[in-house]
Amino acid sequence: MATSIELTQAARDPMIPVPYVVERFLRETNDTFSLELEPFDPTYELAFRPGQFNMLYVFGVGEVPISISGDATDTKRLVHTTREVGVVTRAMRNLKAGHTIGARGPFGTSWPMEEAKGHDVVLVAGGIGLAPLRPALYWILRNRDEYGKVVLLYGTRSPEDILYSKELAKWRSQFDLEVHITVDRATTEWRGNVGVVTKLVGRAPFDPTDTVAMVCGPEIMMRFAVEELTKRGVAEANIYVSMERNMKCGVGLCGHCQLRGEFVCKDGPVYRYDLIEPLFVEREL
Amino acid sequence: MTRTLRIGDQVVLDRERLAGLFEAIRKLGYVVHGPILSDGAIVLGPIESDRDLPIGWRDRQDAGTYRLERREDDAVFGYAVGPHSWKRLLFPPKRSLWRAEREGARFHLLPIVEDTPKLALFGVRPCEMAAIRVQDRVLANGQYQDSNYASRRRQAFVVVADCHEPGGGCFCASLGTGPTEQGEGWDLAMTEILQGRHRFLVRAGSSKGLDVLRALPWTETSPADLQAAERQRQRALRRMGRRMNPEGAKELLYQAASDNHWDEIAQRCLMCGNCTMACPTCFCVTVVDRTSLDGSQTERERVWDSCFSLEFSYIHGGSVRFSPYARYRHWMTHKLASWQDQFGTMGCVGCGRCIVWCPVGIDITEELETFRSRVGGNREAVR
Ligand SMILES: Cc1cc2nc3c(=O)[nH]c(=O)nc-3n(C[C@H](O)[C@H](O)[C@H](O)COP(=O)(O)OP(=O)(O)OC[C@H]3O[C@@H](n4cnc5c(N)ncnc54)[C@H](O)[C@@H]3O)c2cc1C
Ligand code: SF4
Ligand code: SF4
Ligand code: FES
Repeated sequence: MATSIELTQAARDPMIPVPYVVERFLRETNDTFSLELEPFDPTYELAFRPGQFNMLYVFGVGEVPISISGDATDTKRLVHTTREVGVVTRAMRNLKAGHTIGARGPFGTSWPMEEAKGHDVVLVAGGIGLAPLRPALYWILRNRDEYGKVVLLYGTRSPEDILYSKELAKWRSQFDLEVHITVDRATTEWRGNVGVVTKLVGRAPFDPTDTVAMVCGPEIMMRFAVEELTKRGVAEANIYVSMERNMKCGVGLCGHCQLRGEFVCKDGPVYRYDLIEPLFVEREL
Repeated sequence: MTRTLRIGDQVVLDRERLAGLFEAIRKLGYVVHGPILSDGAIVLGPIESDRDLPIGWRDRQDAGTYRLERREDDAVFGYAVGPHSWKRLLFPPKRSLWRAEREGARFHLLPIVEDTPKLALFGVRPCEMAAIRVQDRVLANGQYQDSNYASRRRQAFVVVADCHEPGGGCFCASLGTGPTEQGEGWDLAMTEILQGRHRFLVRAGSSKGLDVLRALPWTETSPADLQAAERQRQRALRRMGRRMNPEGAKELLYQAASDNHWDEIAQRCLMCGNCTMACPTCFCVTVVDRTSLDGSQTERERVWDSCFSLEFSYIHGGSVRFSPYARYRHWMTHKLASWQDQFGTMGCVGCGRCIVWCPVGIDITEELETFRSRVGGNREAVR
């Protein structure tokens, strides 16, 4: 039998996954779950920047891009939060502690944690879009005095779909963080906002002339979020969005993620809005 | 043979000595591939000697048509390019990436042990050499490499042959990629001369090429050889089937993004993807997992893919380029415009394959001119 592929990070073929053990499976909501992963090789270094993603591989089923949703300072565990929508994500939902999963990465650009220093920060998340923003939030909270006012605006379909509800409750009780949640459809017990998340932008407490915005969610939601943010006076150059495209390689070689001249896997997924505005506006690019 | 040959020196090799060239290349351990006749077309395949070449054949090509004809002479390189391009050899249509084996709840990844072949590419046209340079940029010179391509390419021995019989789809001259502009990246370059004594002008472009050439019974070139080569070049230029004006193509196509002419093309285009398979620069691939029936073993392959399929851009909720116009627009804009942003070069080398092998004869040169003529004109939104 051939020997297993060496796990040394140097000289790794970027197309070959690294095996991880599922340490913990956490159900988040009806259709979302988080996986906490540890590499087989304990010396394997887990450095990533908030906003980056991995290609996650389920044995015999396939591989899909999933953002890292954990804390960048945690060098022991890799955390991913996934919404079950199709073949691969469904197979991923059936993984249990002790199972193996493959991961390649981290790939792509990251949220502007440096650029945002000294400014107000507004995070606008729609649905599963909160997962790729959570590492940014962890980062800010660890370096809280480096940022101005921090606001999280989060929208989901219904109250049952709220991700990370315990953490959100904790963050809401903090004085150094504003959290506003809205749902499309309220239940009888829901006391909060109803309506699309972009509606929260107008009332949120931040100084639009001194704000960096990070937006993640369905493309249509990001479109409206950008519109509301610019209406408030946030410059397009201070707005960042995370793009989603079909991805087969993650390293600029398969061509699938192209958005005109952009390889979203390596030139993105996080983009400064003003730089891709024409590509964002044109249909079906 | 009184002097020591250097890289770049042009010398003469008689037609009868061509077999010796094959021997010299094979002696160095190369597996030679080149043009061969197969099923009514000139394709690429393994060749043992000069006898395997399509000697005395020419191809007649135009939009949507291709056929072979006998020539009146015994030209060795008397045809243009066929449906195959060299990417088949340097970047095979299918390749295993890795294997995995299940062991209870776990699995292990196993490497694919593969010795990349030492290939000699014989009879590469200048446009195809240009295409190889384009793929070098895409697959071997970026932040991440396709290691298999890089290794095949690094080992390959490339023999370029000037093109004297351009096809009806060809427009390399207008892009500066042919018919005799060999550029860089080859080991030997040949110019066939049919007038008078059947012979080749040969130059070495690398030390590997020089080693081969030195072992051959070459003779010095005469002014008559050079004049004959120049006459053939002029004749080839006159017979170039098409031309493309690349001037401002990038800005033009970006501006034309919402032109409704894309819809008009999409009504003709069958979305078959032939153009992408035939194009020597197209590099898109997908991955396929092949799992054993008992689910204990799996193997991942990367296979050529085409941006004309709906799955290509599929994300949850639907394909990004759902409309046919958007898929054709992506392909053509990529070839002529966005490729420049990505790799600092056009993605088209003017080989004409996409025109010839398109079942409905869509012509990229003509479509570009149509967009040019419409700038500032009828450019209402597509929908
Ligand atoms: C950079 C990036 C980060 C992402 N981060 C997350 C995340 O943190 N959490 C999360 O739940 N989802 C995330 N997604 C979306 C996730 O990749 C898709 O939901 C997933 O690929 C669906 O695969 P499937 O096989 O279950 O679905 P199917 O509908 O069965 O899809 C079939 C195939 O199409 C492709 N595909 C389908 N949807 C998408 C999609 N949205 N994006 C890319 N390829 C797709 C995949 O190749 C997939 O295997 C991210 C996507 C990108 C591009
Ligand atoms: S786009 Fe057409 S003409 Fe240009 S290199 Fe590709 S196949 Fe040849
Ligand atoms: S342009 Fe021609 S070859 Fe290309 S997909 Fe359309 S019909 Fe097929
Ligand atoms: S995912 Fe393959 S090129 Fe971007």
